[in-house]
Amino acid sequence: MKAFLMHKDRDFDLQRELPTNEGALTQDLELNTLFAAMARGDEFLFEMAKRAVLSSLDDPEAIVYRQQVVRDCLEQPSIVREIYDVAVEALEAEKKIFFGSFSLHYPNAILHRAVAVLELLVGALKRLRQIADEHAREFQSEGFTELFEMITGELGDEYLHTVEDHLRELGFRRGVLISAELGKGNKGTNYLLRRPINTKLGWRERIASFGRSSGYSFQIADRDEAGARALSQLRDRGINLVANAAAQSTDHILSFFSMLRAELAFYAGCLNLHEQLAEKGEPTCFPIPSAPGKLALAVEGLYDACLALELQETVVGNDVSADEKVLVMITGANQGGKSTFLRGLGLAQLMMQCGMFVAAESFRANPCDGVFTHFKREEDVTMKSGKLDEELSRMSDIVNELTPNCILLCNESFAATNEREGSEIARQIIRALLDSGIKVFFVTHMFDLAHGFYVQRMDAALFLRAEREPDGRRTFRLVEGEPLPTSYGEDVYRRVFGPAGQATPAATSGVGMDAPAAGESRRDAVR
Amino acid sequence: MTFHSILFDGAETSTAIDERDAPACFADLNLEQVIDAITAGKEEYNLKPFFHAPLTTVDAITYRHEVLRDLEGDAVFGYITAFAQEMRAMRDHLAQADRLRYKYQKQGWFLDAVAIYCEAVGRLAHDLNLGDIRSRGLLAFREYLTNYAESDSFKSLVAETTQLEADLSGVRYCLNIKGNSVKVTAYDSEADYSAEVERTFAKFKQGAVKDYRVGFPGGPDMNHVEARALDLVTRLSPDIFLALNEYCERQREYLDGALGTFDREVHFYVAYREYVDLFKPAGLPFCYPRVSDRSKEVYAREAFDVALANKLVRKNASVVCNDWYLKNPERIFTVSGPNQGGKTTFARTFGQLHYLASLGCPVPGREAQLFLFDRLFTHFEKEEDLTNLSGKLEDDLMRIHEILERATGNSLVIMNESFTSTTLRDALFLGKKVLEQIVQLDLLCVYVTFVDELANLGETTVSMTSTVEPENPAVRTYKVVRRAADGLAYAAAIAEKYGLTYEGLRGRIAA
Repeated sequence: MKAFLMHKDRDFDLQRELPTNEGALTQDLELNTLFAAMARGDEFLFEMAKRAVLSSLDDPEAIVYRQQVVRDCLEQPSIVREIYDVAVEALEAEKKIFFGSFSLHYPNAILHRAVAVLELLVGALKRLRQIADEHAREFQSEGFTELFEMITGELGDEYLHTVEDHLRELGFRRGVLISAELGKGNKGTNYLLRRPINTKLGWRERIASFGRSSGYSFQIADRDEAGARALSQLRDRGINLVANAAAQSTDHILSFFSMLRAELAFYAGCLNLHEQLAEKGEPTCFPIPSAPGKLALAVEGLYDACLALELQETVVGNDVSADEKVLVMITGANQGGKSTFLRGLGLAQLMMQCGMFVAAESFRANPCDGVFTHFKREEDVTMKSGKLDEELSRMSDIVNELTPNCILLCNESFAATNEREGSEIARQIIRALLDSGIKVFFVTHMFDLAHGFYVQRMDAALFLRAEREPDGRRTFRLVEGEPLPTSYGEDVYRRVFGPAGQATPAATSGVGMDAPAAGESRRDAVR
Repeated sequence: MTFHSILFDGAETSTAIDERDAPACFADLNLEQVIDAITAGKEEYNLKPFFHAPLTTVDAITYRHEVLRDLEGDAVFGYITAFAQEMRAMRDHLAQADRLRYKYQKQGWFLDAVAIYCEAVGRLAHDLNLGDIRSRGLLAFREYLTNYAESDSFKSLVAETTQLEADLSGVRYCLNIKGNSVKVTAYDSEADYSAEVERTFAKFKQGAVKDYRVGFPGGPDMNHVEARALDLVTRLSPDIFLALNEYCERQREYLDGALGTFDREVHFYVAYREYVDLFKPAGLPFCYPRVSDRSKEVYAREAFDVALANKLVRKNASVVCNDWYLKNPERIFTVSGPNQGGKTTFARTFGQLHYLASLGCPVPGREAQLFLFDRLFTHFEKEEDLTNLSGKLEDDLMRIHEILERATGNSLVIMNESFTSTTLRDALFLGKKVLEQIVQLDLLCVYVTFVDELANLGETTVSMTSTVEPENPAVRTYKVVRRAADGLAYAAAIAEKYGLTYEGLRGRIAA
């Protein structure tokens, strides 16, 4: 029995290693904000959200499979949460049945505990069955439909009766029947528990037939303690396997419930997130994963979900049409929403590839083989090597993992050196990546770099520019446009220093001044 | 058809070998340790007496070399050790049968012992016919074994044993335990209830889960409840247990004597080969020496003290090997040089190689030619006892006198630092006298001395000196080389270090 809510045909893999760039992704895209919103303070939900978001699907069908389940959840939140509660309660109740550690040494004790746990779990299974009976019709997704069908199919009345019969039988009120063979030195071995023939007979017939069957008997004397121990060991040998089978069955049912819980946890997280975004009136949509093999990207009203979660106000969305583009170069005004766009894009890509809705009015893109981020980092005082060293080494680590059809998001990479050097380094890297089939989004102030690509008039390149009103105000919208030789650092300077600052003419390239704290710049990105 | 011995060809005798004690030279040459190491873990075969009995003819040595070469192949060696393991298992079963109390249990173990024996014999007979065997010893054994395995008596033993085993393993019964009563009945195809429960819950199977099966003490003993149940089982199938009883009476003496002897003796080779293998990882070679009972020209390349090497290899320390030779008319190595420089080790190595060669064994070294001695005498300095100097000297001389009295021209003498308990003058005098006698007897000899003057006493003596590292004279190399003893080894090394040797000074002055 499998829940199969995360994948059509397999369990949610809780052992799978997260991608090696997990740390960088989490930091650069501020994923913990997302996970926290999904968790609403529940550690387990947090972990499952993290696991799901970071373990991307790449098959559009698999993505749609989850999307449908998410849709059902959004339609029937209370029933989904009820199922989740059944799983959690079953798992927690089991922990309370404690027989002492000695119980692991005696099959008899193992069997006793297993039967007690099984009785409890059968209760939980019955509740599942009841939910399925009552609500299955209200669900449309393949995932839930199959789950409910499986529950009603596998947990039929007859089956539940059989299980209850076994649980009664395992009390052995009529004694234990064990078969054996002669082993080494004619010592009995291969003790196997047998179901007595005639077990279906009434007790009168049974007594009669017991008397008739041929055989020889003996009794252990009442005061023979060693004999009593030996006999109970013999009995234990006989029930060893059935105790094991029962105990393992409890483990199996428990792991069914833990898998059900783990898989539902992701969807519970989706519910939580959706509720929070909806409360704020932020739009969400189910993205369209396009067929693999062709680069696609068309978004409307894309915003950074994490930013939206942190801010009171609603945030600015962007429209981008970048089908068949391998390079998207984003230039323009400082604090004009470039980084926010990059984050929003990366986040949406990850959310799409785990089957969630995304923070946009519409979103269509091809699934990629991996999202990587190379973001400018604040100087790390513990770092012995220089900043450029650190950047290059980080890029080298990324390159170790890159495969064709990955996406790389660069945020002001290689700005740690002068523009000419930085451009040249970046140019070579970008060229190599594009030729290797990797899609690159590059936010930069380096005019030399951006302009260099622009003049090549590549069909597969798109140039976006952060908008700036003539009066210097930011709209936080990106528009298609040629890179400009200035990033309007002057504006920022002026705003910070006030009009008096005008006395000191700012350089045309704002590189040196464009390092506001991340939070500050983001708070500005408000409509 | 009889088979004599895998250790001795017809001419040599193996009788009374078990009464032999370790030869007197064992302690001095550290051979005690060597033989202890070789036979460790094989006490049941009582192998030491074989190592206490040097062979007396070259042919007897060749006989063993042949067997050893056959056993070099992993295949044949594997057949033999597999057989040995089975024989050991068989003995363990017999011992177990002895220890047990309940009749049917004893009989079960006895039956198993015989079954193992039958299997072992059959397999070895089959295996040896596959093996590449050239030695006289193993060829004769194979022929004997083949005949035995095809004999009617052995075949019927196999048949009877197999039948009984099959009958017993077919016995199935049921125990019905309720409260403190047990009922034993014939098994009536009742369903496996564990499997049924497992099937019922199989639909929940997820991944691998913990194994809850409890391990029960698996000893061979039965408690009285099991024994009573077994008694009742025998009543359910009386014929089988009657047959078993009768078989055990009849087959008491099933074991063939010659096979038992072979199993013991062949371990001489097995043990030695396993011992030699210990040194392989360290790259220390063993070789079959050429052994002569006539020529006293001996030599060895990369010879080493195997007792010392065994300790060093365990500590991953390196082992120093030495080369040496005696060409006619040379007979005597006089070994001198710095203390702790490997002199005693050299003497021991010489003795060990000769002794091991006389056992028909490979010797520790790359290549060797050795002399088949009639007796090997050693005279190593005993603990110094300051209170009794004159007594010790006298004692030393008595022992040397006795050795020289008993030695023949074919004897080997190894002397280590005799006469240290007297003055240098005396030591020189006594040493000369003793060496003169040794020369006269034409003995092969190693003579370790601190008296440099004894090193060059004519054409029969060869001077060997221990050496130090030229760069750092405080470091002994443990190399012993053929070099005149001028008492200058240490000085030369120091000089070399400071560039003050003759050549060094010449070169520097010339510049």
